[in-house]
Amino acid sequence: MTTRSRLPFYIAVFLLISAGISLAVWRHVELGIPWLTGEQRPVWMVEARIDFDAVDGSVLASLNIPEQPPGFRILTEQAASPGYGFSIIDTSGSRRAEWSKREVSGPQTLYFKAQFIPDPDAGPEIPAREPKTPRTFWEEPEATAVQEILSQAEARSSTPESMTRELIRLMQPDSRTQNTTLLVSEENYLDLLVDMLNHSGIAARTADGLRLEDARRRQQLMPYLQIYNGKRWLTFNPKTAEQGVPEDLLLWRQGAASLLDVVGGENSEVSFSMLRQTVPALQLATMESAANGLGFLSFYELPIEEQSMFRMLLLLPLGALMVAFMRIVIGIRTSGTFMPVLIAVAFVQTTLVPGLIAFLSVVSIGLLMRGYLSSLNLLLVSRISALIILVIFITAGLSIIGYQMGFNTGMTVTFFPMVIIAWTIERMSILWEEEGAHEVMVQGAGSLFVAICAYLLMSAPLAGHLTFNFPELHLVILGLILLMGQYTGYKLSELRRFTPMKAYD
Amino acid sequence: MLNMNRRNVDYIARYNERSSYPLVDNKLKTKLVVAEYGVKTPKLLQVVRQQHEISHFREMAEDLAGFAIKPAKGSGGKGITVITGRDGDEYIKASGSRVDSPFLERHLTNILAGLYSLAGTPDVAIVENLVESAPSLAKYSHQGVPDIRIIVFQGYPVMAMLRLATTASDGKANLHQGAVGVGLDIGSGQGLNAVQFNRPITLHPDTGLALENIQIEAWDEMLEMASRCYEATGLGYMGVDLVVDANEGPLLLELNARPGLAIQMANGRGLLPRLRAIEALKRPHFTPLERSRFAMETFASN
Repeated sequence: MTTRSRLPFYIAVFLLISAGISLAVWRHVELGIPWLTGEQRPVWMVEARIDFDAVDGSVLASLNIPEQPPGFRILTEQAASPGYGFSIIDTSGSRRAEWSKREVSGPQTLYFKAQFIPDPDAGPEIPAREPKTPRTFWEEPEATAVQEILSQAEARSSTPESMTRELIRLMQPDSRTQNTTLLVSEENYLDLLVDMLNHSGIAARTADGLRLEDARRRQQLMPYLQIYNGKRWLTFNPKTAEQGVPEDLLLWRQGAASLLDVVGGENSEVSFSMLRQTVPALQLATMESAANGLGFLSFYELPIEEQSMFRMLLLLPLGALMVAFMRIVIGIRTSGTFMPVLIAVAFVQTTLVPGLIAFLSVVSIGLLMRGYLSSLNLLLVSRISALIILVIFITAGLSIIGYQMGFNTGMTVTFFPMVIIAWTIERMSILWEEEGAHEVMVQGAGSLFVAICAYLLMSAPLAGHLTFNFPELHLVILGLILLMGQYTGYKLSELRRFTPMKAYD
Repeated sequence: MLNMNRRNVDYIARYNERSSYPLVDNKLKTKLVVAEYGVKTPKLLQVVRQQHEISHFREMAEDLAGFAIKPAKGSGGKGITVITGRDGDEYIKASGSRVDSPFLERHLTNILAGLYSLAGTPDVAIVENLVESAPSLAKYSHQGVPDIRIIVFQGYPVMAMLRLATTASDGKANLHQGAVGVGLDIGSGQGLNAVQFNRPITLHPDTGLALENIQIEAWDEMLEMASRCYEATGLGYMGVDLVVDANEGPLLLELNARPGLAIQMANGRGLLPRLRAIEALKRPHFTPLERSRFAMETFASN
């Protein structure tokens, strides 16, 4: 008989445990499944409202809608507009919501709602191609003025970013020179800026942003300037030259030419209202998992019925862990190895106190009846079968009596596994005859104690949350149980058992 | 001290082949296999395998004074009925109570149905000659036959104890039911100290005899018999239960692949150092005689 090295075993257990933990961490990071229950995440609900007067006839309204706005992820999108056909059209560089209707007249209102989750990592994709920089043709004397301002800004800058900042600064009213006064008027400021930047070889475009404030209505979009620095688009405030997107700014339109096109209507306008909502983080993760590639690793996509079944099943390993710990490390004697787990599962459904009362009454009545059965000298199989039927009678009786007396808790008896209870009674009864009442008390109390511990562990909301949402954590439980299978130290109860041995040392 | 977890992981799981278990869990198989290795067991009178064979039992038992009915796969002495004598049609049990033959037949039926077997599987009943305990030992025990448990590790007898039934144990020799355990010196077969319910005692609670001066006769013969069981079963770590019959000398009662730990309490010594000493042996001895001699020299207490 050779002693195999235990190193591979420990490595395997270590791998199991670390795989479980790292998978869980990975899914927490990737899917945003929260570690704790009841974690809340803010979500912005933004509603765009389009008003226009329809000229009798058909209408086609198309609204630019956000596509990967920096700092946010889109959770849901929906449109409300009675009688209109609706679709979202994805073309390169822009997403548009389109409403259409054949016969329309009078004032019309269309709604588009979207939920946004703040996510600092979210950002637009890096453009595949360098954007073009169309050169504008200016007449004299504007051409000279543009040329001079650009060379002035260029002299003070080194990068596209600094060039943009300098240009914005030069165009401000307080620093205006003759040249700028000639060029700038209130309406064309931003377009002029874009044209000039493009002229100087820096790709630029306009964008529209929405400042998010809780419970605001009738908000308008604010214009922003975006330039391309060779890698990605950067956003500037065209007034202050501040670079970057503030946390509370949602870029509704980027890159697309127009915000709203209405064919067959007039006096069209868009306004926005917004609301800050909180959504349970778990619900968010569930909703996103379908879209995410990692969704297949979770139970969220199963039918609800199976999900609730798995919720229960996935708690069992915790009970098994508890039993293994109690028997191997603590050394509590139980009747039947995993009877406590099954009792604990029943307790989870009945809650503790009614479950305990029901269990104790069924078992004690069963023990009384078993006393009579044992005097009949029946064969084992028929005795157990008779006992199962008796246990069903007892549970039925308790349920009916409990219900008539107005205790609904009586009904919870039905959650106990009948066959297990029958075996428990049989075992206890044999134990009683062979070893006496004391041993029955010790094992019965041990079983109940372990069952209650397992119940407390399994009914903790956190346990249910972690086992269901991070099923990979069961690898950790498996590893722990394997480790315990190699435990060769003293049980806690053995320390007491072996105390008399101290006398000989 | 050897504890439960270490016994299970480091000794039973490592040294005992699963395939050898049925050999010791079934008393009938044990009897047959050890007989080939020259280990004596109580004489087998009858084997009841089928329900209809029970009727033959009465014919067979007609002329017997004493016998024992045992389930082949029973554990911990469960289901063993010992008949010591007859009184007309009635049988007298070891406890002194009288039973009739329908009772014994029902008992046989229960055994066949697997009432006493380890996993509730159908079983066979064996009827054995009654062991008449040697008077030198019998006087210490209240009812029941005193038996000697020897732990045999890789063929070496490492620790031994004498188990004496008491009133508390209801005539059974199970330590956790209240029997007295007397540790025995491997070197000489002399009693060391005694425990009941894990507490040291000096006198037998029922017979009042001092337990210190017990001396087992034919000690080296018993040790050699115990080590021979290793060859018979191949189990590296087992408990060998022996009795001393007044007429036939030492007999093997049963083997146990999962011997309990209470023997350490009876000896006042831990098993672990002795097991380690055997594991550390570079050149193990090949014959049972050599092994038992080695054990007597190495593990003697004086």
